[in-house]
Amino acid sequence: MHAFDYQSPSTVAEAIELMAKHNGSARPLAGGTDLIDQMRVGRLAPDVLIDVKKLDELNVLSADAAGLHVGAAVPCYRIYGDETVNSQYTALADSCHIIGGIQIQSRASIGGNLCNSGPAADSTPSMIALGGVCVIAGPSGSREIAVESFCTGPGKNVLEPGELLVEVRFPARPANSGSHYRRMIPRNEMDIAVVGVGASVTLDDSGQNFVSARIGLGAIAATPLFAEAAGESLAGQPVNDESLEKAAAAAREIASPITDMRGTREYRIHVTGVLVKRVLQAAIVRARGEQIDYCRGH
Amino acid sequence: MSAKRVVTFTVNGDQVEILCEPRQSLLEVLRDDLDLTGTKEGCSNGNCGACTVIMDGRPVVSCLVLAVEAEGAELRTIEGVACGSTLDEVQAAFLEGAALQCGICTPGIIVQTEALLEENPNPTEDDVRFYLAGNLCRCTGYDKIVRAVQAAAEKRQVAASN
Amino acid sequence: MATAENPKYKVIGTRPIRHDGADKVTGRARYGADIQLSGMLYGAMLRSPHAHANIKSIDTSKAEALPGVRAVATSADLPEQGDRVVELGEGAANMRHLTANVLARGKVLYRGHSIAAVAADNIHIAEEAIKLIEVEYELLPPVMDVVGAMAENAPVLNDDIRTESVGSAPPAKDSKPTNVAKHFLFEKGDVAAGFAEADIIVEREFDTAMVHQGYIEPHNATVLWNTDGKLTVWISTQGSFTVRQQTAELLKIPISNVKVIPTEIGGGFGGKISVYLPPVAAVLSKKTGRPVKLVMSRTNVFEATGPTPGSHMKVKLGATKDGKLVAGEAWIAFEAGAYTGSPIGPACMCVFACYDLPHGRVEGFDVCVNKPRTNAYRAPGSTHVAFATETLVNEICEKIDVDPAEFRINNAAKEGVRRVDGPVYARVGMVETVEAIKNSEHYKTALEGKYRGRGIASGFWFNCGLKSAASATVNPDGTVSLLEGSTDIGGSRTGIAMQLAEALGITAEEVIPAVGDTDSVGYCDVTGGSRVTFATGIAAIEAAKDIQRQLVDRAAMIWEVDSSHVSYSDGGVHGPDGKQLSFKEMAAKLHGTGGAVIGRGTSSEATQGGAFGTHCVDVEVDVDLGKVQILRYTAAQDAGTAIHPSYVEGQMQGGAVQGIGWALNEEYWYDEQGEMRNSTYLDYRIPTCYDVPMIDTIIVEVPDPQHPYGVRGVGEVPICPPPAAIANAIYDAVGVRMHDLPMSPPKLLAEILKK
Repeated sequence: MHAFDYQSPSTVAEAIELMAKHNGSARPLAGGTDLIDQMRVGRLAPDVLIDVKKLDELNVLSADAAGLHVGAAVPCYRIYGDETVNSQYTALADSCHIIGGIQIQSRASIGGNLCNSGPAADSTPSMIALGGVCVIAGPSGSREIAVESFCTGPGKNVLEPGELLVEVRFPARPANSGSHYRRMIPRNEMDIAVVGVGASVTLDDSGQNFVSARIGLGAIAATPLFAEAAGESLAGQPVNDESLEKAAAAAREIASPITDMRGTREYRIHVTGVLVKRVLQAAIVRARGEQIDYCRGH
Repeated sequence: MSAKRVVTFTVNGDQVEILCEPRQSLLEVLRDDLDLTGTKEGCSNGNCGACTVIMDGRPVVSCLVLAVEAEGAELRTIEGVACGSTLDEVQAAFLEGAALQCGICTPGIIVQTEALLEENPNPTEDDVRFYLAGNLCRCTGYDKIVRAVQAAAEKRQVAASN
Repeated sequence: MATAENPKYKVIGTRPIRHDGADKVTGRARYGADIQLSGMLYGAMLRSPHAHANIKSIDTSKAEALPGVRAVATSADLPEQGDRVVELGEGAANMRHLTANVLARGKVLYRGHSIAAVAADNIHIAEEAIKLIEVEYELLPPVMDVVGAMAENAPVLNDDIRTESVGSAPPAKDSKPTNVAKHFLFEKGDVAAGFAEADIIVEREFDTAMVHQGYIEPHNATVLWNTDGKLTVWISTQGSFTVRQQTAELLKIPISNVKVIPTEIGGGFGGKISVYLPPVAAVLSKKTGRPVKLVMSRTNVFEATGPTPGSHMKVKLGATKDGKLVAGEAWIAFEAGAYTGSPIGPACMCVFACYDLPHGRVEGFDVCVNKPRTNAYRAPGSTHVAFATETLVNEICEKIDVDPAEFRINNAAKEGVRRVDGPVYARVGMVETVEAIKNSEHYKTALEGKYRGRGIASGFWFNCGLKSAASATVNPDGTVSLLEGSTDIGGSRTGIAMQLAEALGITAEEVIPAVGDTDSVGYCDVTGGSRVTFATGIAAIEAAKDIQRQLVDRAAMIWEVDSSHVSYSDGGVHGPDGKQLSFKEMAAKLHGTGGAVIGRGTSSEATQGGAFGTHCVDVEVDVDLGKVQILRYTAAQDAGTAIHPSYVEGQMQGGAVQGIGWALNEEYWYDEQGEMRNSTYLDYRIPTCYDVPMIDTIIVEVPDPQHPYGVRGVGEVPICPPPAAIANAIYDAVGVRMHDLPMSPPKLLAEILKK
C-alpha cells in the first residue's frame, strides 16, 4: 500500500478542519472495509486518513419523536442489534445483516456504504425506501440531502472537499408500515448484489390497500435509484398481484444495468421485477404485523 | 514515507507497544512484528476470514484493520484461545471431529466460533452456517466444521450447567 | 479413541486424533508465509497487465534507485534453457516454457504473467518499487477461446509448438507453429458398427469454464542462497522433491545444492506442484546475500498460477432400448493456457471410464490460449468429461425409461473390462458405489415439492502409485518416530502412521510421524494422484517389516536361538518354548543389544486399481431467479479400505463441495482484452458454509489387491460427479438440460425462460 498519514481527531469540527486542510486528498476512515481494500489495490490513494469512527456524533444510534438517528460510523452489528431498528426500520436491519460476513459487520457502517457510493451498496436501497436524509457537516456549516440524491456515479457523491457525512436521519414510522430488503446473489452470503431492492410500504387500517410506498433499487444503474414512480403507482391501490406487477414494471422501466461478471443486463432487468414483487410482499406482511418467511440469502 | 508511530494495545491479555507505519495492517503487525503467525492471510481483502481476530469483543478481519486503529484495543488471537496447555472446547471439538484438513483456515474459524458461542451459546445449524459464512474453507466441505462447532457448544452448555 | 470399524484390524478403521492436530488448532503450525529468518528481505513481482504482448524493453533503473530496494531480477537473471524436456516426477516439462512461465522471456502470454521481481526491506517498499519498473509492450491480439485458438488463422502464442500426436492420432499435416500442442486419439472396437446397433443415440456439445483449485493459502517461497552455493528453500508445496528438481533445473545447478524444507501447506488440490516463486527468490537472494520471501496475493494466485482448463466437448452415446450401452464417441478440446500441458490425456481416458463400452472413439486436443498455464486440479480432466457423459447417460435413461442407477449398474466397468484407451481393469468398485446410492435412505426417500429434483452421477479416477520412501526409528519407550517425505495436506501423516502402527501391532498414538526435508528422507513423489495413503503407506509398512526383521534378530540374540526360530506377530516377538517379548519390552532392550533399530521402506512398483464414486443430490430451483439450492447430498465412494474413516469422509465431503462450486458458480470471467474480472474470492465465489448442506457419505470398501491393507486413494474421485449430478437434478426439477458450466443463475434462467 502507498504511504499515507493517519489522523484521529476528537471532534467533528477538528475532523472537518483536517478534511478541509487537505482539500480533497484526505479521506474519512470509519470501518475501513471498503476504503482499505481500495487503497490496497491502488484504486484510491489519499494522502491522509482521518479516523472518524470514535467521534460521538458519528456514533449516535437513537430514536426520538422525529425519527431515527444513525451516526455515519455506527457499525452494522449495532444497527441490527438495535431494538427500534429491528421493530420499525426492518429493511435497514435486513441490509446490515448481509453486508459482508459477520466480521465485516463488526466494522462496516452505513455511512461508509453510502460514501463509498457503489451502485450495489446493500444499505442504500433500504435507506432510500425508509426516506433517509443525510446530515452533512462542512467548513461552511451543515446541510441535508435525501439519500437518493447523495450518489452521483460509481464511487462518486455530492460531498465537497472538507465535508463529512455525520448521520443519516429517518422519519418516524407511520402506523401499518413495514419494510424489507433483499438482493439476488449467486451464493447465499458474502457476495455483491446482482440486484438489490429495498421497499417500505404503508397500508390503510384494513391492511388491504396501500397508503404509500417507497422503493430503492441497487446494482441496476450507475447509482442506487429511487424508484419513485413505482412507489407512487401503489398509493391508494389495493394490495393484489395487479398492483404489485405494475410497480415491478415501473421499476424495470428505470433499470439501466450493465453486463459484467456478476450478471447480464437482461438478467438484471428481469430480476428487478421479480425482487420488487417479493420485497413488496414481505414489506406488506410486516406492515400487517406478521412475521415474514425469509431465509437470508436464498 | 509517513512518520512511524507508537501504538499500544493488548493481545491475549498482554500489553504490547509497537512502532508502525499507518499503512501497516493489524494482520501484518501481528504476524511480522509480534510473530503471532497463527493468524493467517488468505486474500487480504476481507473475503476469506483466515485473519479473523477478536477486537474489543467483536470478530474482525485483521487485514482490513490498520494497526494504528488498534490503539487502546483489546485483541484476542488464536494464540490466546487455549487456556495454558489445555485446549478449549472448540479446539478439542475440531480435533475430535476431524474438522480440519490442511488447517490454514482453522485458526480463523476457531476464533470466529469463539465469537459465535459468546453471542449465541446454543446455535442451530443455520446459525452456525450464517455466522461462519465469512470464513472460507476449501478442504472440508464444512460438514465436520459445523458439527464440531455444535459439539463444542453442547460441551460448553453441559459444563456450564454442572 | 473410537472403536475399530473394521474388525480385521486393530488400528486401521479407527479415528485417532491427528498427530499435527494440536499445532493446527492453536496456530502453532508453521505454513510457508510464516517463515521468518534473520535479515530476511521481502519480495514483490511485476506482472503483465496485458494478455498477449511482446516485451520491447524493461527499464528497472528507477526501481533499483528507490531507498530500501536491495535487488531487482528479470528473466535475464535466469539461465537460457534451450529445447530441453525434463521429467519432473509427475510428468515431463519443456524447460523453455517452464522458465518463461517463471519470468517472461520476450513475450507475455497472459494477464498476470510475471516480468520482474524486487527484493526490499519491507513489502511496501517492494510494492512501490514494482510500480517504478517501466516496460514497453507491443500488444498482440489475445486468443481466449479454445475453439477459436484451433482455427487455421488464429494468432499463435508459441512459435516453438508443433502438434504432437498421441495414441493412434495421425501425424500433423504440416510443421507450422500452432496453438494445438497435442492431438490424442484412442479407439476401441468399431464405433460405426456400435452405433448401428443402437436404438437410441444422444449427442450434445458441452462447454466448461476455467476454474481454480482455490486453496486458501497463497503460493509462497523463502529462499536463502548461501555463500557456499547451497540453496535452502522453505515452501508450502505438494512435493518437496519436485520443487528441488524444478528449482535446480531452472537455475541449472546440481539438485544436491538445493535443500527444500517443506512447511505445512494450506491446500493444493494439484495446484502446488509447479514451481513459480523459488527460482525468483533464489536469484534475488543470490544478488543480496540475504534470504528473500515471496508471497503471492490472491489476485496473483488466480491470474498466474495453474487453474484447470475450460473446455469444449462433443460427446455421443448409443444404447439399445433394453438399456445396454453399445458405443461412445467424444471430441474434447482443453485450454492448455499459455503453454502446453492441460490434462487432456486423462480426460480422454476418463470420458467413458465408468462403463463397459464395447465400441469407443475419443479424440482430444491440448490448445494454447492467453490464459495462465493450466495445472492439475483434483482428478484433472475427469470432472469435465463426467459432466458430459453422466448427463448423457441420464438423458438416455429418460428416453428408454430405465432407472439411472439400474442403468449404471448394468453397464458398469468391472474387473476384466478394457477401457477405450487400452488398460484392463483389475477388481474395482463402480457397481458397489452405485448400489450403495441405490440402497441409500436418500435415494429410497421420495423427494417432494415444487421445482425440486434429484440427480445422480458417477465418476472415476485412476489413482497412481509412483515412488515413496519412509524410515522409522524405534524409541526406547516403545514408540516409533516415523519420517516420510509426503507433504501432508489433509491428515496423511496420521493415515501413514496408522499403517505402520497396524504392521507393528502398536497404537497410532505410539507412532510419531514427521514430514522430512529433501536432505533427510528418501525420494518421494508429489502428494497428488491420490497416492500418498497408498504408496507412502506401503513404504511405511515396508519400514515396519524392516523393524520386525531387526527385532527378530535382536530377540534371537537375547534368547540365544537362531533367528529362524523367532517370529514377529501381535505386537511382539515370539520364540521357542513360548518365549515372547512385546514391542515395548524389545524397545527397552535396544541399547543393550546393538543400539538403534531403524526401519527403511520404499514403494515404487505398486500401482493402484482405480476408484469410483457415485453421488446423489436433491436441488430446488428458484425459477424466477435461476438460482439453485442444494437441499440434500449423499456421496458414495470406493475407498478400498478406509484407514481413518473421518479423513476419508472429509475428502468425499470436500471434493463434493468443490464440485458444487464448479457446477454452480465458479469460473474465470474474462473480458475481451483478456483480463480476468473476478480475480478475488468475492467475485470468484467458492462455496461458503451457508451455501451447502451436510454432505452424507457412504464409504464402500472393495479392497485394492495391490495394497497390503487394500487402500485405494480417495482424494480425487469426489470432485467428478457433482456437476453432472446437479445438472441431472436441475433437469428433474425444471425440465431444462444444462450443457454449460457453471450453471449460474443468468444461464439457468435464460434456459428456463426459453422453455
